[in-house]
Amino acid sequence: MSADMTAHTPTIVLVGHGMVGQRFLESLADRGVTERARIVVLCEEPRPAYDRVQLTSYFSGRTPDDLSMVEAGFMEKHGIELYVGDPAESVDREARTVTARSGQVFSYDSLVLATGSYPFVPPVPGKDARGCFVYRTIEDLLAIEEYAKTATTGAVVGGGLLGLEAAGALKGLGLDTHVVEFAPRLMPVQVDEGGGAALLRTIERMGLTVHTGTGTQEVVTADGAVTGMKLSDGSEVATDMVVFSAGVRPRDQLARDCGLTVGERGGIAVDELCRTSDPAVFAIGECALASDGRVYGLVAPGYEMAQTAAATIADATEETGETGETVKGFTGADMSTKLKLLGVDVASFGDAHGTAEGCLDVVYSDSRSGVYKKLVISGEGVLLGGVLVGDAEQYGLLRPLTGTVPPVSPEQLVLPAGAGAPVALGPSALPDDAVICSCHNVTKHAIGQCESLAEVKKCTKAGTGCGSCVKVIEKLLPAPKDKGLCGCFSYTRSELYEIARTLRITSFAALLDSHGRDGAKGGEGCEVCKPTVGSILASLNNGYILDGEQASLQDTNDHFLANMQRNGSYSVVPRIPGGEITPDKLIVIGEVARDFGLYTKITGGQRIDLFGARVDQLPAIWTRLVDAGFESGHAYGKSLRTVKSCVGQTWCRYGVQDSVKMAIQLELRYRGLRAPHKLKSAVSGCARECAEAQSKDFGIIATANGWNLYVGGNGGATPRHADLLAQDLSDAELVRLIDRFLMFYIRTADRLERTSTWLERLEGGLDHLKDVVVHDSLGLCGELEALMAAHVDDYQDEWAQTLDDPERLRRFVSFVNAPDAPDPSVRFVPERDQIKPDLTILTLGRTNSTLEGASR
Amino acid sequence: MTTTLSSPATTKTLEISPAADSAPDSWVPVCEESRLTPGRGVAALLPDGRQVAVFRDRTGRLYAIDNRDPFTGAQVLSRGLVGSADGRPFVASPLLKQRFDLETGRCLDDDEVAVAVYPVRSK
Ligand code: SRM
Ligand SMILES: Cc1cc2nc3c(=O)[nH]c(=O)nc-3n(C[C@H](O)[C@H](O)[C@H](O)COP(=O)(O)OP(=O)(O)OC[C@H]3O[C@@H](n4cnc5c(N)ncnc54)[C@H](O)[C@@H]3O)c2cc1C
Ligand code: SF4
Ligand code: FES
Repeated sequence: MSADMTAHTPTIVLVGHGMVGQRFLESLADRGVTERARIVVLCEEPRPAYDRVQLTSYFSGRTPDDLSMVEAGFMEKHGIELYVGDPAESVDREARTVTARSGQVFSYDSLVLATGSYPFVPPVPGKDARGCFVYRTIEDLLAIEEYAKTATTGAVVGGGLLGLEAAGALKGLGLDTHVVEFAPRLMPVQVDEGGGAALLRTIERMGLTVHTGTGTQEVVTADGAVTGMKLSDGSEVATDMVVFSAGVRPRDQLARDCGLTVGERGGIAVDELCRTSDPAVFAIGECALASDGRVYGLVAPGYEMAQTAAATIADATEETGETGETVKGFTGADMSTKLKLLGVDVASFGDAHGTAEGCLDVVYSDSRSGVYKKLVISGEGVLLGGVLVGDAEQYGLLRPLTGTVPPVSPEQLVLPAGAGAPVALGPSALPDDAVICSCHNVTKHAIGQCESLAEVKKCTKAGTGCGSCVKVIEKLLPAPKDKGLCGCFSYTRSELYEIARTLRITSFAALLDSHGRDGAKGGEGCEVCKPTVGSILASLNNGYILDGEQASLQDTNDHFLANMQRNGSYSVVPRIPGGEITPDKLIVIGEVARDFGLYTKITGGQRIDLFGARVDQLPAIWTRLVDAGFESGHAYGKSLRTVKSCVGQTWCRYGVQDSVKMAIQLELRYRGLRAPHKLKSAVSGCARECAEAQSKDFGIIATANGWNLYVGGNGGATPRHADLLAQDLSDAELVRLIDRFLMFYIRTADRLERTSTWLERLEGGLDHLKDVVVHDSLGLCGELEALMAAHVDDYQDEWAQTLDDPERLRRFVSFVNAPDAPDPSVRFVPERDQIKPDLTILTLGRTNSTLEGASR
Repeated sequence: MTTTLSSPATTKTLEISPAADSAPDSWVPVCEESRLTPGRGVAALLPDGRQVAVFRDRTGRLYAIDNRDPFTGAQVLSRGLVGSADGRPFVASPLLKQRFDLETGRCLDDDEVAVAVYPVRSK
């Protein structure tokens, strides 16, 4: 260290601890500046920096702590002095000091302003009445939430990006919601007229009232509180509260007061290095007027400015005075956005409004489904920008292609999948320097250096912002070379099944220690292999699945023999074979639901689901049900769900066989059978197919001569029609063939592979399947039938088994140390004469991403 | 044939210190250690209403973290599956399956998220 460094430790003062301010501090730390400089942060809000972009997720259950952007211990580790709740009041540039509200005075060598913006409130009468709010900080949200408790109607002034987000929040709080937008369309900055119209239709269909092309003239009040709003078109809207979201203005007052140059329309003027008119003072984020003459209201450009300012300051504090790196100046940024507003995908990128001279556009619009897509193309065919509403799937691909001539024709890029010629364009068509993640400015090349999504997120941060790029990232990653089940096993599920079967291995620990990967032997296993092996052991051994070690393998749902719901409560689904139920049994279900206050719904699987049971109530509920002759419906297990049936020959004038009887027989035969994924079936009494058997894993349709068996059907996300496996079977032939089919599937399918995907993947396809299970080409059929016979013989109702054993019942408590205490966090509120979980759930906001394997 | 002499004559009691993320100050008894199935958790209620998820792994090591799943707000982490990745023990939330390191509380799938960790012992 040189002598004069010890003489003077430079001080950097940061004013404003928002998203950009925090990024600036991280950047300083990365560059080692925190080690050689004193850093002082003045933070106006009562808490350190938090994720403002995700602000609305507060209403879907995220706490202020969850939203924090400051890693625990960050300030201490880097010796940063943070003064929370103490804003800067004035700057003396001559003396190079900042005075905080508390009266403290700090000298600086470099001063960085990151004061963000404030919400603009139009100067209308009544704007300060009780019930008027803005939407910017956690405190704003807390106040809105509190006030909404006594309100029934809310109005949002402003139909832009934030206005719609605020409207979604009000709707989520249960208010009748109005949106008033001065421009003739919603989101005027991001989308064009056609896009605005598509958005309007969809949003109105959700029950929001939208007033476009009209301004707010006055907030009507009574006793100082909001009662309504007068609009410029002469109409009046009755409302209990008003949220202003009519744009933001840079917070440049501090800069004005000390004589720094500000733009005509606000914003602290900075150069490419983010220096203001005083080179010792920097401005970054939403308060800055960038050198390209724009104020950026998005976080990504703010982050870039933070890096630029940090790099510039790092240079200046470098003891040698030499440039450690060439600072990349901030010259402007892309304003592309993709959002899910109120559940509608909206994206705009590049020159969305087609302002370039001589540009042309290609438009696809379908008002039935609320889809609108427009691409702006130059005369030479270069993609300049675009707007996507209702279906923004292609955004991740189109944005990086902006500025190039796309490899396929523009009309192919806007047509929905399935219409016309298929689009042969995948992410592989993108150039290496295409920016895939715009939140973190990560290129295709950088992503190509990684092996997995987890690695991408860790190393490049790509995908950890708005999340809209994740789909494309996944497509860019190499297909896993390793076919192994997970990090613990290099074998596939079907190989593990064979190992367990032939070596008669009956415990997970034994399988892991003998056949696990080297590093995994002796370990705990993971959330992927444990339930998979648990299912294999259950398929092979047919015992009670929750004793001994097996208890630790089951997913939560299996572990409590019920399905966990979003608030931690459970649902209860008794088996109703074939959908046939006596009035007495129906009454018992009704009584149980009433006595335990459960929400009751007829399912899509011809049975009844009772929701909202606490874990400690499950045994009492099931005692009543088991006493009345019900048993577990395995709605929680990867096992047989329902065998649906139509009413069939007994009643229906068209029926040719007794479909109800067959459905019941099959449901009772295969109940409790553990499989790689759930199994569904249906039996129809004639070719009219009222039971939808052709969408099932195994479906049966009656013929005049017997039964036709269809296999590999699927509803769900990727529907598939089942294939006909055999025709005109007798009852016994039918059952035997299904036995073989199911056991062959259980033996060879991958984890979470329904019969439809398994059949698609099976080498030789349907013909091979026929060879094996109909013609017994592998000589396996005897064994397959024996395995199924063992299952049928050993079947016992899991709930009855559980209730019979006090040891097994012990786990059904909310708290191990307070077995009688109900969990107070499981709460409900009324909805349509029943209950629903007490959570404010919004359909908007960035989608809550579910990690792979989460589906049940 | 091996004989195991593991069945404990005296049952041990599991205790948690309410001092999250710091050195233990006092201890609250929770339950007998034998109530914990290796590889699974239980939830315990602290006197001030906080909920703690307590786990035991195959080797008998104990862990305690906050029971609240920060991704959904539900008090359910005790009901997740326990596993290990690169030698680090974790629990996967039963709702959306994010994994949390049992020793540090850090979320393995999202660097910015963590839950509190409580000192735990068996006496
Ligand atoms: C309750 C019910 C909806 C309803 O209110 O009607 C329902 C509810 C759930 N379905 Fe379903 N599905 C229900 C009928 C269906 C149907 C219709 C049917 O079975 O006739 C389908 C399409 C048919 C099919 O599966 O092929 C269906 C396709 C799915 C899928 C997509 C499966 C696929 O292969 O794509 C999932 C997700 C999964 O399993 O991975 C799913 C997953 C779920 C889960 C388990 C989601 C979860 O993990 O929490 C829901 C839990 C319910 C609970 O807690 O009790 N549910 N689900 C229906 C229960 C039927 C029953 O009595 O058991
Ligand atoms: C609801 C909502 C949703 C959004 N969604 C998105 C999105 O999807 N994508 C996107 O890119 N952007 C979005 N944004 C915008 C994004 O939040 C901002 O661009 C970003 O927060 C700007 O960061 P900043 O640090 O410049 O300002 P801020 O985060 O506002 O931080 C400035 C801080 O400085 C403080 N401050 C001001 N004056 C002083 C003073 N004198 N002394 C001390 N402290 C002071 C303020 O109190 C504030 O805490 C959204 C914003 C909101 C409100
Ligand atoms: S499938 Fe045929 S038998 Fe069954 S209800 Fe429909 S028409 Fe009647
Ligand atoms: S584009 Fe937002 S996270 Fe990648």
